[in-house]
Amino acid sequence: MTRALKYLALLGYLVFLAFPLLWLLSTALKTPQEMAALDPTWIPRRPTLANFADAFAEQDLVGAGLRSLVVAVATALITVALALPAAYALARFRGVAGKIAIGWVLVSQVFPVVLIIIPLFMVLRRMELVNTLAGLTVVHVTFVMPFALWMLRGYVRAVPRELEEAAAVDGAGRLRALAAVVAPLLAPGVVATLLFSFISSWNEFMFALVILKDPGVETLPLTLVRFVGPEGVARLGPLAAASLLATVPSLVFFATIQRRLRSGLMAGAVKG
Amino acid sequence: MLLLPALVPVLVFSVGPLVYGILLAFTDARSGRNAETSFVGLENFAELLSDGDFWESFRIGMIWGLSVTVLQFLASLGLALLLNQDLRLRGVARVLAVVPWAMPPVVVGLMWRLVYHPDAGLLNGLFGSDVDWLHDFSLALPAVIVVGVWTGMPQTTVVLLAGLQSVPRELYEAVSVDGAGAWRRFWNVTLPQLRPVVVAITSLDFVWNINQFSLVYVLTQGGPGGRTRLPMLFAYEEGFRYGFFGYAATLGVAITIVVLAVLGLYLWRQAREGD
Repeated sequence: MTRALKYLALLGYLVFLAFPLLWLLSTALKTPQEMAALDPTWIPRRPTLANFADAFAEQDLVGAGLRSLVVAVATALITVALALPAAYALARFRGVAGKIAIGWVLVSQVFPVVLIIIPLFMVLRRMELVNTLAGLTVVHVTFVMPFALWMLRGYVRAVPRELEEAAAVDGAGRLRALAAVVAPLLAPGVVATLLFSFISSWNEFMFALVILKDPGVETLPLTLVRFVGPEGVARLGPLAAASLLATVPSLVFFATIQRRLRSGLMAGAVKG
Repeated sequence: MLLLPALVPVLVFSVGPLVYGILLAFTDARSGRNAETSFVGLENFAELLSDGDFWESFRIGMIWGLSVTVLQFLASLGLALLLNQDLRLRGVARVLAVVPWAMPPVVVGLMWRLVYHPDAGLLNGLFGSDVDWLHDFSLALPAVIVVGVWTGMPQTTVVLLAGLQSVPRELYEAVSVDGAGAWRRFWNVTLPQLRPVVVAITSLDFVWNINQFSLVYVLTQGGPGGRTRLPMLFAYEEGFRYGFFGYAATLGVAITIVVLAVLGLYLWRQAREGD
């Protein structure tokens, strides 16, 4: 293939990837009149921020954002707190039980989420946790746990066992070796797993749809969908504006962990 | 003893709910608070097999799952090959290539609703057409598939790119000496070296795609007339709109069996050809 053709192909990809994003941005800045015009314009003739103001006025975006934040932070902390010791044990002690456990973690990814959400919903209802953020957090922890375990196990395995043994020879106990040698090396992996769990929870929609029925407890994805009216008559401008705002946290976090997430995934996958 | 902390989270958060869910597939559990639940054996499965709506949803799910996975793979492989070369704009493309990954599925769905919008949408403006893409009986599924490809390309591209970069350079040098062209280099060196990565990512993509819910729920809610009702949307309706928990669980089990069968066949064939 000649160079020109390659550039043409790359350009095609760029257009395909970028045009919905640009259209979202463009719609968010348009007036209702311009949106109704027959010829759609890429660059708004009279750009306006009114859609953002409308978005905040029409739906409780701040409240929903805060609730999403609470659930996502709680999910990330609980998941990693529970998964870290487990991942360490799975990486370091290779018995039959450990092999079965990690095999299960992989296999469990094949099961559709309905098989998780229905039993969890029944348990949560018995515990009076339906319609609560605590209930949604429990579901999110369950949902993120297998992959968090898999990621963390990869990071633990990347820390050479010899380092721990060397520390032990130097007279450090197992716990001191862990704290002084393993913990610093593991820190980036832990951060990546925290952020991964945070984003998974922040973006999650189906569980929230099932667990949260009351508008007063809705998380951000549920509130966003409210901009599409019951008949599908969407308020396009505010919808675009709110969508953009809801993406910002994920984008920021993603920009920070992108590289790490990739290396972590590969560490887990290749050495599996 | 030290394995205990490892097994507890796996048991409580993964094995427990799933086993409970699978057991529910053999009961007549309903969503009513005081509804009695009793064991009904294979009754749900028998009902499922004679349920026309299920087969329609299943057919749509397979079309969706296979076409999104294949298109995603081809598109991502092309992009990864381009990104692996010394081209300008590569930096921009790399950033753009991960953006869809970072977006909440709900936002992706809403964004594409704007693109497909019959009046204020981009597509009708570009083509001068007057089509209601997401409500057209024959266009809705293809339109949704395009969104599926768009949203799933990043993971696949990143994984394939990492795979490409781990192909040893010496291999290329060896065939260059033989005077092989770009096409033969790709066919004889790159593809065989990439094979494990390709098998892994396409398998994962297929599982993710067949279990997709949020994206299509936001785009079409399964409409028009069930034309985009993927199995998970069908299960959601049965379980949480009509309250048939047992039946919805049966659906989940049935889809799992199909996915495992497809994956098993695929992996088995790949392993045999790989030898």
